[in-house]
Amino acid sequence: MTVTTALERDTLATAAARIRSHVVDMCAGPEGGHLGGAFSCADVLAALYFSVLNVDPQRPDDPDRDRFLLSKGHAAVGLYATLAERGFFPVEELAGYGRPGSRLMGHPVRAVPGVELPTGSLGHGLALGCGFALAARYAGSAARSFVLLGDGELQEGSVWEAAIAAASLRLDRLVAVVDRNGLQLTGATDGIAPMEPLADRWRSFGWAVRDVDGHDPNQLAEHLNAAPWEPGKPSVLIARTVKGQGLPFLAGRSASHYVTLSARNHARAVRALRTTEVAG
Amino acid sequence: MSRATREAYRDTLLSLLERHPELMCLDSDTGLFNAEHAAAAGDQYLNIGIAEHNLMGMAAGMAACGRIPFVNTMAAFATSRALEAIKIDIAYNRLPVRIMATHGGLAAGHLGPTHQALEDLAVMRALPGMTVVVPADAAATEAFVEQSVHLAGPLYVRLGRKPTPALPAAPAPVIGQAQTLRQGGDVVLASCGPYPVLACLAAADVLAAQGIEATVLNLHTLRPFDTETLVAAARPASLVVTLEEHWRSGGLGGAVAEALAEAAPTRVLRLGMPDQFVNEVGNQEHLVTHYDLTAERVVKTVRTALDTAAGPGRGEREDRSAAGVPVLT
Repeated sequence: MTVTTALERDTLATAAARIRSHVVDMCAGPEGGHLGGAFSCADVLAALYFSVLNVDPQRPDDPDRDRFLLSKGHAAVGLYATLAERGFFPVEELAGYGRPGSRLMGHPVRAVPGVELPTGSLGHGLALGCGFALAARYAGSAARSFVLLGDGELQEGSVWEAAIAAASLRLDRLVAVVDRNGLQLTGATDGIAPMEPLADRWRSFGWAVRDVDGHDPNQLAEHLNAAPWEPGKPSVLIARTVKGQGLPFLAGRSASHYVTLSARNHARAVRALRTTEVAG
Repeated sequence: MSRATREAYRDTLLSLLERHPELMCLDSDTGLFNAEHAAAAGDQYLNIGIAEHNLMGMAAGMAACGRIPFVNTMAAFATSRALEAIKIDIAYNRLPVRIMATHGGLAAGHLGPTHQALEDLAVMRALPGMTVVVPADAAATEAFVEQSVHLAGPLYVRLGRKPTPALPAAPAPVIGQAQTLRQGGDVVLASCGPYPVLACLAAADVLAAQGIEATVLNLHTLRPFDTETLVAAARPASLVVTLEEHWRSGGLGGAVAEALAEAAPTRVLRLGMPDQFVNEVGNQEHLVTHYDLTAERVVKTVRTALDTAAGPGRGEREDRSAAGVPVLT
């Protein structure tokens, strides 16, 4: 397991805070954005891009790079913020999100440096990730492939088609993360389609499973850096998260799913994040 | 000689795999590759199971990493069940996935509407960047599979199931170039796929004996569409008749009508499957005959249309049902 330095610990928390800050700004733009789901996975994204992924913003096409897919593509604002912070494109470009002339669409598009493939329709990412992992195996590359899934997304049958294939092909360089925030557009995920015991479900599909706090970026990074956890098995990290985590007036509410922040609420959100950061 | 286009595909791919290590064959348990074929393909062949969305998604992921995957499934499952993965993961990204769709048209025969694909060409033709081809025999299949190695972007190939007859000598089949199988100035008979092309050739013989000269086009590539060849053939003609194993909307007839409406307005009569799901039991040849996708139908359609165009009193009243126009009864 990778030893996390004090500097790195600060780096990950800071990165997550900066991601949330950018998301709040983007969601105050004319189109708004999927704030809640971007906030719930902000710590996962920080861990991935600032500790785990072997990617180089200067060489985004390096064939030996690790590949990441945001299968819950609606959290695009979170991914854009992360890629900008990581240096794939200028942070200033985030101000154009959702506006004519910008390449930052509401769901990730390949025109954005660092985006491997477009996502948005749920249930596509894990099959694509299987393809990445299989191609890496054929190329003799040690690269790993990471796919971030929403928990509501697990209602799509295609996720489980891919889960079966990944286990049967023994794709142990494939790592899935489930952003288990427990909410989807209209309410509680388990009220609509109960998924617990979720870890057992994945285990029964032949995956190595860890079930962890999704808001501790250092712990997330340690787990993800250590994958594969069991030789011959794909890994899934169930990240227990809170939708809208970090904004008291939206956290844990399905109303955070898609938000267009008024000037007043934007100021409120900025203040809340500052307080959280100081407290953290 | 009769040979199944799907077997021609399989054998051609097997011969290409060794020379092209970037090629892969991903199967969804179609049975097209038996244990011997799979062994011959080595690790370039994988049966990933009965999961067509996953098949397309994995192929897209591999293609994004530099491989050229050929995926095997049936046309019915490729273009309706797995359509979203084809649209978003493959077409949107212009990835070089080769969708090898067997049991196209009525080829599934007695297996019924769940396994028949009478909308696949319309659906695939609607996707930006998708190349759509329908080889009419085994030789054309071999040519298209070989050409596909160097083709940019995604490709949809409609294949059959059982052996179908070889076409008579024809110009070499090239993706994107219509084949002119016969020249004639009066009418154009346009089709794609084994039985429709053979029916048009046979119809042209009958018409010639009656003094009507037909150009016969094999429009095997529906996208990108060879409008130039079609327009050149249609200019001297007074009528274009299309014939296809497909519902009448959006397939070959649709492509011909769209192209001619803009480039060289010509009367087009589209023959194809009636607007219904198949409720007849039988093999492909039986169904083709039962639903009258035949040379006789083409001849009758041409004669009726020309006679009607010749003026009132000189010809028969147009047989609307023969022209595929719904008749209220």
